[in-house]
Amino acid sequence: MEKKIKALQEKMEEALGSVRSKEELAEFWQSYLGKKGSIADLMKGLGAVPKEDRPAMGKVINEFKLQVEEKYQNLRSKLEELELEARNKSEQVDITMPAVRRSMGTLHPITITKNEMIDVFSGMGFEVFEGPEIEDDDHNFTRLNVAKNHPARDTQDTFYVAEDILLRTQTSPGQIRVMDSQKPPIKVLVPGRVFRSDSDATHSPMFHQMEGLVVDKGITLCDLQGMLDKFVQAIFGNDIRTRLRPSYFPFTEPSVEVDVSCFECGGRGCSLCKGTGWIEVLGGGVVHQKVLENCGIDPNVYSGFAFGIGIERIAMLKYGINNISLFYENDLRFLKQFKD
Amino acid sequence: MKVPFSWLKEFVDIDVTAQELEEKLFGCGFEVEELIDLSAEIKRVVVGKVLECIPMEGTHLFICKVDCGEYGKDIQILTGAPNVYAGMHTPAALDGATLPGGVKITAKPMRGVESNGMLCSGEELGLNDDLYPGSEVYGLLDLPKDTVPGTDICEVVGLNDYVFDISITANRSDCQSILGMAREVAAILDKPVKMPATDYVMSDYKYENLNITVEAPDLCPRYLGHGVRNIRYGQSPQWMRRYLALCGLRSISIVVDITNYVMLEIGQPMHAFDMETLESTQIIVRRAHENEEIVTLDGKECKLNPNNLVICDGSKPVALAGIMGGLNSEITEKTTQLLFESAKFMRDNVRKTARSLGHSTDASSHYEKGIAEYTTELGMARALHLIQELNCGEVTSSAFDVSAGAPREGKHFTATLSGINKILGIEVPGDAVLDILRRLNFEVKRDGDVLDVIAPRYREDIEIGEPDLAEEVIREYGYDRIVPTFLKDAAVTNGGLNKEQQRQAKVKRTMCSQGYYEISTLSFYADADLDALHVAADAPERNVVRILNPITENLAIMRSLLAPSVLKVIVDNLKKGNGAGRVFELANIYVPKQQPVTELVNEILHLGLGVFGDDEDFFTVKGSVEALGEAFGLKFDYERAEDVPWLHPGIAAYVFCEGEKVGVFGKLSNAVANELKLPKDSKAGDKIFLGELDYAALSRHIAAVFHYEPISEFSIVSRDLALVVDEKVSCGAITAVIRGACKQVGNVELFDIYRSEHIGKGKKSMAFKVDFVPKDKALSPKDIERFIKKILGDLKFRVGAEIR
Repeated sequence: MEKKIKALQEKMEEALGSVRSKEELAEFWQSYLGKKGSIADLMKGLGAVPKEDRPAMGKVINEFKLQVEEKYQNLRSKLEELELEARNKSEQVDITMPAVRRSMGTLHPITITKNEMIDVFSGMGFEVFEGPEIEDDDHNFTRLNVAKNHPARDTQDTFYVAEDILLRTQTSPGQIRVMDSQKPPIKVLVPGRVFRSDSDATHSPMFHQMEGLVVDKGITLCDLQGMLDKFVQAIFGNDIRTRLRPSYFPFTEPSVEVDVSCFECGGRGCSLCKGTGWIEVLGGGVVHQKVLENCGIDPNVYSGFAFGIGIERIAMLKYGINNISLFYENDLRFLKQFKD
Repeated sequence: MKVPFSWLKEFVDIDVTAQELEEKLFGCGFEVEELIDLSAEIKRVVVGKVLECIPMEGTHLFICKVDCGEYGKDIQILTGAPNVYAGMHTPAALDGATLPGGVKITAKPMRGVESNGMLCSGEELGLNDDLYPGSEVYGLLDLPKDTVPGTDICEVVGLNDYVFDISITANRSDCQSILGMAREVAAILDKPVKMPATDYVMSDYKYENLNITVEAPDLCPRYLGHGVRNIRYGQSPQWMRRYLALCGLRSISIVVDITNYVMLEIGQPMHAFDMETLESTQIIVRRAHENEEIVTLDGKECKLNPNNLVICDGSKPVALAGIMGGLNSEITEKTTQLLFESAKFMRDNVRKTARSLGHSTDASSHYEKGIAEYTTELGMARALHLIQELNCGEVTSSAFDVSAGAPREGKHFTATLSGINKILGIEVPGDAVLDILRRLNFEVKRDGDVLDVIAPRYREDIEIGEPDLAEEVIREYGYDRIVPTFLKDAAVTNGGLNKEQQRQAKVKRTMCSQGYYEISTLSFYADADLDALHVAADAPERNVVRILNPITENLAIMRSLLAPSVLKVIVDNLKKGNGAGRVFELANIYVPKQQPVTELVNEILHLGLGVFGDDEDFFTVKGSVEALGEAFGLKFDYERAEDVPWLHPGIAAYVFCEGEKVGVFGKLSNAVANELKLPKDSKAGDKIFLGELDYAALSRHIAAVFHYEPISEFSIVSRDLALVVDEKVSCGAITAVIRGACKQVGNVELFDIYRSEHIGKGKKSMAFKVDFVPKDKALSPKDIERFIKKILGDLKFRVGAEIR
């Protein structure tokens, strides 16, 4: 019997050594560990063994069986590992091939800039108001202290659609509409399209402005500069400063042009700031008392400031765009560059 | 406005450089657009004294020995100028010199003879006779003999000067003159202004019958006239010619020059009529008659109407008020008697006349900015003074002053120091305020906090008191002294976008997520843009808001549809080689409430879509429209759109939201596509899709308040139905029948469509997945069987569908 086991063991080792696949392994299992396999045969042959030897012999057979099973399991794991490896290998992809997806679109740079500006002012408590793009003379000029014979009407080449109806030349009429409908404290932005009869590399007959208006008790010119400081720092960087200089708008007095220290050169002078260290970004001033009166707000109680920002101007400065018409050509190669 | 530095110095003792003055003016609200250095281009050109000049044989050249003072006592320079002579003082450009126009002079031999520079004509120095006498002589500029050899030529010919080109804001019409700027400079430097002389003596002579009547005082509130006789015709003195030239005006004759000079110096446009050419001496200032005509000095014929103001000689117009005189009364060398005019014409009327006739002049641009009556008076006095000073006529006693009665004092008001500081937000000391106002010629009496102020007469921009004074004070005190504060006294307010604004932002984000790029296009286009989309002549989109004064006919109507703008963007991109893309714009269209427009129009927010490229078809676009609906919880229904002229009648759909039509989208019509200006053989026109949604209508369907719906605790049961129907039966019709069959039907989705001979000609097989949603109890197989029976019955009855 023991001889038999030994011979079987040698035979088994040989057979196991030649197993190359799961199918062969299954055959091996059949022939050694299966119901009709060699080890089962050994067990059957135990009947011919003397009774007193049977337990010892049974144990030997069992140990042999366990040994075969273990070998079988090891080989099986090994084969599975190999198989997985081969499958992984066969399923491998070229990860540098192009992705399959629909690309995200983007917002227009004017919208991105506008949103960024609204974000800054929203945090300061500004609401957003949008007035009509086709306005009447009264809101666009007269009540903004631009009388019929006012020279300021000359500088704004206005598109008319009827005698007293026009394409708004500025977002300032929004000031009037807001003050007509709200009482102070007022903090409002009026973004939108404006139109002027002008067209060249720096002028488009349509462009975007953002008007800002604050009316409350005790508002001063110092507040205008303080708030604009915060605005330009948010847009252009923390070390940017503003500079006010005298100007003229009919609806503010005093009126100022606001320059920012050049963010390209830090104020040393470069081609962007034309060597001056400063860049003109917006206009503003203390709301003219007549404008407050025109809206039924008592200038002896309330005061305010207003400012107007060209959105294209800010976008051109931020992104280094030198031709305003790029915004309206809508070339996808241009649009795709802007991410918000 | 051009302001020569030397002219300014006649009125103010300026002790700063031109560059320093530029800086100071900038700080006070006068931007110097350009500081022109007249000597900038001329380097190493000096006075040379020609010691000898010997003709060079066989040439037209002269070999000269030139004394150039410290630069060399005996410099050899060749010249071809015929007027050279020994002893001549003339400009000598030395080796290394530069001349206007970037000309560089270097020592080099000519015909083998060394020439160490160039002798110059006046023209080569950029001069003319007005700037320096004799400059236009052919040949070398013959300088006076008292000029010292070696002296910088710019000093000798008056080019060591600057011209400030100053931009004047619209409110400061009083600064539209040398005197006006001198007043500002004097205030900045705290110096007195030396006023120009305005004294004159009138002779006893008086014109009989000369009379001036103003019939339109609303357009001409002040008219001064003064007779001058025994006119001496001749040239103006050099100093006057030079100043005129530096400001860009050419000298004509002494009388005409005086009128121009006064306009530049005082800011008052003047006119002079030849008295002998007038039919009568009854001068009338009136509105023109309809179709009345005048030929102005420049020979231009103008047809007038009652909106134009004219000066008449009793019968006919002799001047177009504030713009230009008439050719019929022009000052000529034969003129012996004239009538000077110094008037205030209303700026808006001058502007309108100048615009409508297309006739802008130096005078009209002064008037358009506004003239103070103070200036009108000063201008006349200055002109008469110059007539006498230059000895070119007799100032008669015929003086006229027709006034509408405006007060002759400056504005008088009270203000407070605290009020000024309240506007500024800083404490400007009272003494500083007073000092600034004094320098600006305000008369101020202070009583504690209260100021009693009289503004100078020429400051018509001063209107309401404290804000005006605050502006004057801070621009002189310095804007750099403003201390930024951050709304320290303001109430806290709640900022940010409102719901509707947030929704619009979400629309844009949603479209971006569907691969759309946002575009921004002009709000106006042309009728031709609607033609290109085959919009019918009587279509509602033809009811447009028309611009009365468009830049070009291409931008003459406010858009009534976004589609033409979107299509143009697609075509432009295709032309540039961008072969595929998705674009959208959320912008207004404009619809008039009546024609002609008499009130504000309806502005309706539309969402325009444009999709192009090989990978796109009707359903990819439909998918993006549905994604938009999904983003807002809206479900759309569709109907075939066969009557939209710019869309394919078989590949276009109207979009409905809760029964309301909210837009349309589809493939660009073949007819429109064929007419697109695309490169030949391009098939791109066959892959263009447009959409136009009425966002305003859509937004009304977006529920303002969202409530959640409880989720059923029972699970959804799905069944597949394969149907055979006629080809003409639409998917939508079948879906609608299934949905309508019983209320438990939830989502219905087509997942397969199949055609074969086996099914039959003109038939198709469609497979749907139908969800049944339990309400209050679980659905049993029996329930489902019942539902399906009902659905199949309805399908057979309504659309003739058979189960497969």
